[in-house]
Amino acid sequence: MKLSGADILIRCLLEQGVDTVFGYPGGTVLDIYDALYRNGEINHVITSHEQGAAHAADGYARSTGKTGVVIATSGPGATNLVTGIATAYMDSVPMVAITGNVGLSMLGRDSFQEVDICGITMPITKHNFIVKNIDDLADTVREAFRIASTGRKGPVLVDILKNVQQAEAEYEPKTPVQYTPRKVSADSAMPLVNALQNAKRPLIMVGGGVIAAGASEQVKELAERMDAPVVCTLMGLGAFPASSPRSLGMMGMHGTLSAARTCIAADTIIALGTRFSDRVALNRDRFSKDKTVIQIDIEDAEINKNIKADVALMADVKEALQTVLTLLPKQEHGEWMQQVAELKKKDIIDYNGSVMAYKILTAAAKIGGKDVVVATDVGQHQMWTAQYYPFEEPRTLCSSGGLGTMGYGFGGAIGAAMGTGKHVIMVTGDGSFNMNLNELSTAVTQNLPITILLMNNKALGMVRQWQKVFYERRFSQTNIVKKTDYVKFAEAFGAKGMRIEKDEDIIPVLTEALNTQSPVLIDCRVDSDENVLPMIKPNATYDTVMEKMD
Amino acid sequence: MQYTISALVANKSGVLMRVSSLFSRRAYNIESLSVAKTEEEALSRMTIVLNGDEYVLDQMMKQMDKLVDVKKIICIGENEAIARELLLVKLNAPAEKRAEIYQICEIFRAKVDDLYPTSMVVELTGESSKLDGFINMIKDYGILEMARTGVTAITRGNTCIKDMVDYNEKICDADELDLNECAQTGKRKVPLFIRKRSAE
Repeated sequence: MKLSGADILIRCLLEQGVDTVFGYPGGTVLDIYDALYRNGEINHVITSHEQGAAHAADGYARSTGKTGVVIATSGPGATNLVTGIATAYMDSVPMVAITGNVGLSMLGRDSFQEVDICGITMPITKHNFIVKNIDDLADTVREAFRIASTGRKGPVLVDILKNVQQAEAEYEPKTPVQYTPRKVSADSAMPLVNALQNAKRPLIMVGGGVIAAGASEQVKELAERMDAPVVCTLMGLGAFPASSPRSLGMMGMHGTLSAARTCIAADTIIALGTRFSDRVALNRDRFSKDKTVIQIDIEDAEINKNIKADVALMADVKEALQTVLTLLPKQEHGEWMQQVAELKKKDIIDYNGSVMAYKILTAAAKIGGKDVVVATDVGQHQMWTAQYYPFEEPRTLCSSGGLGTMGYGFGGAIGAAMGTGKHVIMVTGDGSFNMNLNELSTAVTQNLPITILLMNNKALGMVRQWQKVFYERRFSQTNIVKKTDYVKFAEAFGAKGMRIEKDEDIIPVLTEALNTQSPVLIDCRVDSDENVLPMIKPNATYDTVMEKMD
Repeated sequence: MQYTISALVANKSGVLMRVSSLFSRRAYNIESLSVAKTEEEALSRMTIVLNGDEYVLDQMMKQMDKLVDVKKIICIGENEAIARELLLVKLNAPAEKRAEIYQICEIFRAKVDDLYPTSMVVELTGESSKLDGFINMIKDYGILEMARTGVTAITRGNTCIKDMVDYNEKICDADELDLNECAQTGKRKVPLFIRKRSAE
C-alpha cells in the first residue's frame, strides 16, 4: 500500500497502540496534522505552548506507564520542547517527540524556522533521529518507540523533514515486538542473596526504577522477607504504600527524620532502581561509610556512579527480585524493627504546628480518596506534597525530580488526567504556576477534572528558604509582589476559582472542588515564612538534620 | 593513568558528535580520538586514549556503551595492545643539514616522503612514545608544521571486538544471556559484573 510519509507516521503510531498525542501544529508538520485529521483515530490535545505539550506527554507516560507522544513544528516549536524532553530524560520517562523540519533542499541554509533539533537534544535524549529518506521512516519510528520504552526508559526525538512527510512509499504494517527484560539466573542473583542474608540492620531504598519496572509487589514481599524498613526517594514515592508500618516515608534532603536516623543506623542499604542523586545521598563520600551497599539497577552506568556498590546486579528490578525471592529464606530482624519503630514514633510531621500546606494536603488526600493522581510543580509545595501526601499506589505522583522543572505541573496534570481518566490534584506554588499558567485554557477546553492547589505564599518559597539558611536572609527577588487575583484569573479562563484563607475553609472548599469534574483553581493562602523541614544541607551528612529554622 | 579504548560504532553522520559531546559534558579528559571505517560498511572503529583513573574509565565506557550507535566497546590492556600512531612532519632541511637528519630518520626508521630545496616531509609510524622521541630529536632543525593521527589500536591474538556483548542486547533481548559466563569468557568489557568494593 503506497502512503505518504505523514500517513505512514500515523499508521506507525497506531501500530504502537498510541491513542492520545499532545502537540501544536505549524508549518513543517502541516502534513502530519493533515494526516491526523484525515485518519481521525488518534486523539490530539492541543496545548497553549509546546512546553506544556511535552510535559503532558510526560505526565501521560508517568501516570500510565505507556510511552507519551508529543508533536511540534520545526524551529521554535522544537526548541520549546527542550525543557520537557530534558525533564523526561532526567526522570527516565518514556517519550517520543516528533518534530517536523524544513525540506531537504532547504536544510542547512538557515531557512525559516530551521533549527538543528537533533544537535540541540543530543545530550537530553536517549537517542534521536533525523529522517531524510522516506524508506527509513517507518522503521525509525518503530525503533524510537523501542528505545524509549526498553531498558532504562527515556525520551527519543524523531525529526522528520517536510519532503519526507510528503513523499510516498510502500507501507507494510508490522506488529510491534514485545521486549521483555532479561531474566536473571539464580547464579547471577546468588551473591546478592548472600549479602542480603548477612545484613543485620537492613534498609530498603526504593527509587523510580521500581515504578518503571512495575516491581511494587516484589518490593513489598522483599520487605516482609527481609523484615526490613523501607524508604522511598522522591521518584519512588507510591512504589511502597505510605500506610505500611515498614514505610518511613521519603529519604533525602527533605526526607523524614526517621529515614535519616535509620539510614545512619543501618548496616546494609538495599538500593532498588535509584541512582543515589545528590538530593538523596547528599555527601557521596560519607553516605555509605561502614555500610554494605547492595544495588540493583537496569542501567550499568548507574552502578558505582555516585555510590560504590559492594554487590550489584544490572537487571530489571522486577526480574531480579523475582529470582532473589525464590532463593532468599525468611529473615528476622525483630530488634532492629523495634528500634526503627521507636525512631518512627519521633517523626513530627507538622513542624510549625500551623503549617497550612500540611492541613490542606492531608485533607485533600482524605477527601480525594484512592482514585486520584497527584501532579506537582517544583519548590516547597512539591516537598510538602512528598512529605504529607500518603502515596499508596505506584504511578499516582507525577513530579519533576531530577531536572526540578518549575512549570512541569500543569502539563503533567493534563497528561495524567488524559491518560488515566482520574481526578488529578495538581499542587503548585505561585512561582511555578506563573511559568505555565497558560495551560489552564487547555484544561478548560478538554474539561479535565483537575483541582489546582495553588500554595500562594507570595514568595519563591524554596529559594527564599535557602536565602534564609545560606544568604543571611537577603531575599533577592524571592518576594513576589504580583497583584494577580487567581480566582478572577480562573474565571477569566472559564474555570472555577476558589480560595482557602483560614482553617475553616479547607474542608468545604476541597469537598466542592474534588467533586467538580472540571478544572478548579484554589488560591491557598500560605504564610511566606513556612519552611520545608527537616532539611539536610547539600553535601552534608545524615546526622546533621535541621529540625528547626528561625 | 592512560587507557586505550576501542569501540565499534555505527558508520553514519552524527556519531562522532554524540561521542565527543558525551566526553565534554561528562568532563572526561581524552588525549586522542581517531575514527575510520572498518571491513564492515555499517561500522566504524574509534580508538580513544583516555586520561583518568579506574572510576573514569568505568564510567566512560558504560556511558559510551549506552549510546545506541556504539555497538561494542573494549578497553585494550597495555600488554595485549598493538597501538600505533602516524606522524607527518615538515622540517627545515637546508642541504648542509640533510645528512644529519637522514641519520636520525634511519635510527627511527622514518621515511622521507618529500624533498624541497629548503625542507623535507618525513613520515613515521609507531607507538606514541617513539613519535615523541623522534620529534624531540628533530625539533631543533625547525618544525614547519606537523600532523599526528592519534593512536589507533588492535588486540593481539584471535579475540575480536566483534565477539563482545552489546549493551543493548544485554538489557532488552528476550533470550537469557548469562552475564557471569560473559565475564568468564572475556566477552564482557567492563572488568567484572559483580564487583567488590576495594578496601578503603
